[in-house]
Amino acid sequence: MIRVQREDFDPGAELDRLLAGKSHIGGAVSFVGLVRDMVGDRVCDKAPGPANDQAVGAMTLEHYPGMTEKLLDEIEAEARRRWPLDASLIVHRYGRLLPGERIVLVIAASAHRAAAFEAAAFLVDWLKSKAPFWKHEETPSGGHWVEARAVDDEAARRWQADSGTDGAKRGDFRPPR
Amino acid sequence: MKVLYFAWLRTRTGCAEETLEPPAEIATVGALVEWLRARGPGHAEAFKEMRVVRAAVNQSFVGLDHPVRAGDEVAFFPPMTGG
Repeated sequence: MIRVQREDFDPGAELDRLLAGKSHIGGAVSFVGLVRDMVGDRVCDKAPGPANDQAVGAMTLEHYPGMTEKLLDEIEAEARRRWPLDASLIVHRYGRLLPGERIVLVIAASAHRAAAFEAAAFLVDWLKSKAPFWKHEETPSGGHWVEARAVDDEAARRWQADSGTDGAKRGDFRPPR
Repeated sequence: MKVLYFAWLRTRTGCAEETLEPPAEIATVGALVEWLRARGPGHAEAFKEMRVVRAAVNQSFVGLDHPVRAGDEVAFFPPMTGG
């Protein structure tokens, strides 16, 4: 199941709802992505202000309505092809978010934990580089669009390395370079 | 044809969406980009560095050689930064 929404979500309630009545599930792995109050890998050690112009005040997530839902559906379907999942969920927010706010929730549940851990990592890695979302950060020195990070592309690529015999099919799924 | 722009392609072109009727010889995404560049300095700026521009036709990722035709929804955007 996937959802794209402006409003916040309650990870505990989402988990309970997803697993309700499915007693064959042995483990569920959930991931919550949050807005950080820093740019890149530089740790913010001061409150936002002129002395620390890298601090992020807020972030606005833009997306492509229609294509976002389509891509998230495809990403979830790909995870379910690769791992024996009994339940899965992606919730992604859009709009203006403040540091500390939740952006994304991913849950993967399976009879055994290994599939749940791997599928959850896959879902996050793939949606970061394949779902049509764009982050715009506000800092005291002005706003800017966040650039895609090579490390995120790398994270997505590691799942293509073990794609096996249907690698060509997955290649089609990759956005053009 | 509906053309959509997202993120900094939207701010540079100054529009989120436009309905256009390119001439019949505009048959690929790449040809459409060339044609859009001539629409004004904002469009030229948006398509200046194609290395960081991605395209979708009817909500599927495509390359510059992908065909476009009347009635298509064509979108241009930078590499994604969700999650």
